[in-house]
Amino acid sequence: MIRVVLPHHLRTLAQVTSEVEVSVDGLATQGAVLDALESLYPMLRGTIRDHVTKQRRPFIRFFACGEDLSLEPNDSILPDAVIKGTEPFRIIGAMAGG
Amino acid sequence: MSGVRVLVGTHKGAFILTSDERRKDWKVSGPHFAGWEVYHMNGSSADPNRLYASQSTGWFGQIIQRSDDGGQTWEPVGNKFAYDGVPGTHLWYDGTQHPWEFKRVWRLEPSPTDPDTVYAGVEDAALFKSTDGGQTWQELPGLREVKGNLWQPGAGGMCLHTILLDPRNAQRIFVAISAAGAFRTDDGGVTWLPINQGLKSPYELPEANVEVGHCVHNIAMHPSRPDVLFMQKHWDVMRSDNAGDLWHEVSGNLPSDFGFPIAVHAHEPNTIYVVPIKSDSEHFPPDGKLRVYRSRTGGDEWEALTNGLPQSDCYVNILRSAMAVDSLDSCGIYFGTTGGQVYASSDSGDSWMPIVSNLPAVLSVEVQTLP
Repeated sequence: MIRVVLPHHLRTLAQVTSEVEVSVDGLATQGAVLDALESLYPMLRGTIRDHVTKQRRPFIRFFACGEDLSLEPNDSILPDAVIKGTEPFRIIGAMAGG
Repeated sequence: MSGVRVLVGTHKGAFILTSDERRKDWKVSGPHFAGWEVYHMNGSSADPNRLYASQSTGWFGQIIQRSDDGGQTWEPVGNKFAYDGVPGTHLWYDGTQHPWEFKRVWRLEPSPTDPDTVYAGVEDAALFKSTDGGQTWQELPGLREVKGNLWQPGAGGMCLHTILLDPRNAQRIFVAISAAGAFRTDDGGVTWLPINQGLKSPYELPEANVEVGHCVHNIAMHPSRPDVLFMQKHWDVMRSDNAGDLWHEVSGNLPSDFGFPIAVHAHEPNTIYVVPIKSDSEHFPPDGKLRVYRSRTGGDEWEALTNGLPQSDCYVNILRSAMAVDSLDSCGIYFGTTGGQVYASSDSGDSWMPIVSNLPAVLSVEVQTLP
């Protein structure tokens, strides 16, 4: 299982209180994890990435293992530690505005 | 016992204010959707417990929430607002063409007869419709075919902010867009007409008879007289007696004819309310005095309503969707300010009291009169 940490407002929207777990069939890419997340929590569709283009929203960032993965391609494989569940995949609301 | 439910959208969440028909003691519920901008909440007159809310932030985009118990619990529904076909382009600030891009929902207007049918006015300006309680949304694309390439964003964005459904004719809808103007459909939204004849914007639009481009801030009607429309334009308060075919100015003796909201008394179709704002560059009341102006003559002759409102050092704004009326006897008038106050009058505007004083900036106010 892959652990995903959501920002506060998306935890509230998804009605979860802590990190969530998703399973991915096939390659554990960034896109596959987001597909699985949106399938499990349909109310998150459109809040992390565009409904149609699947582009990351401008003020959303992705982090794992201390690295900023936001600019990695959608089909990039996640780090081993994330795939093994020892580290979470973090979805962050960027520090922007007041 | 009848009562009132006031739906308040703010910059940092939604609040629901309730009272019995005396409108003296209020219960405040909220914040709902804390930390999110709530541009608009509205209730179905076919089922008063069915509410819709537009929740958004720059971080996470648009959410539509639906309640079936008068706002006690909420469920997120569909938030996919995809323009029909190739979205095309509109006029940008530098005179070039700019692609249409969905940003947020400004207005939710439920059908008066079916709680599952609801319209959404969005930025960049377009009208969407849902017939399944907000789960899915389809654009009514004929609107953007009315010279949409000439529409240009106002300072607040190119938003469709007003939707009026004609209670006598389900095929007729009025909408208003900043800064494109007012439009009407007579065939349920398939085709649209610009209804801006008579509007004058000599500094912003030097060409006198231009069909689109006017900065309409809000329009209102009385349900018993849907061919009579009242408009608060960027500057000028206007009136049409023929469903928008022709407008004439009724600003009369207002201290300023700039403003944002306009509302009609629930029982007196010729009694209307505006809140004058000093100017387009100074968005606060003239002389620091918060005054609602009432005309009992359908415009031209206005009286200041000040009893209970601050008459010194008041520099708040009242946004376009932040004034509404109830249908009790006597009619209640409500408005919210960018300073976080929601004022109520239970006597048609003769006297006012704050229901709440320290909310986040108020974006919208709607009122449900409950049986």
